[in-house]
Amino acid sequence: MRANSPVFSILLWTLLSLLTLFPIYWLFVISVKPAVELFTTPSVLLETVYWKNYVKVLGDDTLRRYMFNSIVISTGNAVLVTVLAFMACYALSRFDLAGKENIFFWTITNRMAPAAVFLLPFFLLFTQVFTIGEWKLYDTRTGMILLYCTFNLPFAIWTLRPTIDAIPKELDEAATVDGATTWQVIREVIFPLARPGLAVTLILTWVFAWNEFLLAATLTSFNARTITTGLSEYVTTTGTEWGTMASIAIITLVPALLIFSVVQRHIVAGLTFGAVKE
Amino acid sequence: MRSNRVGWLMLAPTIAILGIFGIVPFLYVLYVAFHQWNPFGANPYMIYNGADNFRRLVFDNEFLTSIAFTLKFAFFAVVSEVILGYLLAQLFMREFPGRGLFRTIHTLPLIVAPIVVGSVWRLMTTPSIGIIPYLLKSWFGYDLNIGRDATMAFALTVIMDIWHWTPLVTLTLLAALVSLPKEPFEQAQIDGANRWQIFWHVTLPMIRPAILATVFIRLMDALRTVDEVWMLTGGGPGAATRYLGLHIWKIVFPKTDYGYGSATSIIVLYLTLVMCWLLYVALVARRDQKRPS
Repeated sequence: MRANSPVFSILLWTLLSLLTLFPIYWLFVISVKPAVELFTTPSVLLETVYWKNYVKVLGDDTLRRYMFNSIVISTGNAVLVTVLAFMACYALSRFDLAGKENIFFWTITNRMAPAAVFLLPFFLLFTQVFTIGEWKLYDTRTGMILLYCTFNLPFAIWTLRPTIDAIPKELDEAATVDGATTWQVIREVIFPLARPGLAVTLILTWVFAWNEFLLAATLTSFNARTITTGLSEYVTTTGTEWGTMASIAIITLVPALLIFSVVQRHIVAGLTFGAVKE
Repeated sequence: MRSNRVGWLMLAPTIAILGIFGIVPFLYVLYVAFHQWNPFGANPYMIYNGADNFRRLVFDNEFLTSIAFTLKFAFFAVVSEVILGYLLAQLFMREFPGRGLFRTIHTLPLIVAPIVVGSVWRLMTTPSIGIIPYLLKSWFGYDLNIGRDATMAFALTVIMDIWHWTPLVTLTLLAALVSLPKEPFEQAQIDGANRWQIFWHVTLPMIRPAILATVFIRLMDALRTVDEVWMLTGGGPGAATRYLGLHIWKIVFPKTDYGYGSATSIIVLYLTLVMCWLLYVALVARRDQKRPS
């Protein structure tokens, strides 16, 4: 069988998919077992399915609220970050700004910090500094959307920059000669060609925001608490409710999968654009 | 030449946000690093102690071994992820039925939160209740016990990291590959180049910036991993998987030695920065030399 044939691809991906899916399958297995059964001899196949965990989780108003918060925060943050990074990368790529390479490197240093000790200064900023009268940035969705920029914005800038740099400058110059404004160049030339990169950036920043745990655990209490933090409330040192945690984790896959399937199409859509342009 | 003012204007929001949420907390941590401070201890006040915290670090064996383990972990994880991720991205460039479905399956690990990933891997590998030790025992007679075997615990954290983060590399490299112009490849094929030559002389130079960016991001994230390893091994057995992120966590929370934790963070940040900067300068400078002008 030739390595190029579709059959080979399908067989290989089936095998890889089994490896990828196994831990997620196991998460599902944990979610449909009563607590006592978790600590017996394991078996790969499920004999009985126990749905109580799901009934409990789906009927919980608090968790529904956390879920809603997560969706708002992740989507808000991913869109904000992708737009800002797109602008920043265009500026870094197309303008001759003094010290721009240093600024580019500086952005990524914001992602290097080990989180533990930075929780306190963030907490102080959110409770003592960013306040107007009674209102605090602490425990607000806006606060989390802004805060997540610290690790997502550097990430987005670094993943988008190669894409924007790879778009030939001659294209913008040709458009500018034809009388296009900067805004038109960005919209008509850069945006369509950068679509695969933008789609991947949007997906991955969304995922990072969705999965973030430490900052959300420190800087929210109830109003803006996210589902990832909510599920971790069932993981404690004294005794973890594995089943509850696992069933929430399985439910959180659903919105993430929806976003993925919608945005992923644009990764391929780029194929044709990349191919026709000279 | 267009006015640079537009360029600065486009960069301004990024600089403002990262300035406020990046520099201000950093200065605070830097300030605390020069103090002895245990906010939950008998004396909850900050006491200035000069460079004592930093002096203590140099002789801190736990810290030094943690650096070595973290580097080893990051090296194995990132190298495997980048090679594997590139190969998988290439496989996704082919046309075959079910490609979209397989791509979605492949990216599934990304949407599982790190804390959940750590929990599942822990339940899968705990001796006597986990499925993996059970299967290894019944099929090969091999006794996997990550609570005792330091090498296996280390290997398992690497494997878990590869499982979780390879899709990120696949996706970023796929976006880069998909955006490449087709002409150089067609030209190379007409010229009779073989696969390896095409990879080395055509593909690699063009996607090099994307690979570099991905390596940097993965490297930084691997160096500050906390949640997953915390849930899987808790840093054990002994200190075999006590990576830097976890190490600092253990200083700040169970011991509440805030001044010392801050000093450790500053040094870790500094070492990461220097390492990445050197790598960046070396690789980017080489790229600029090669670029035909």
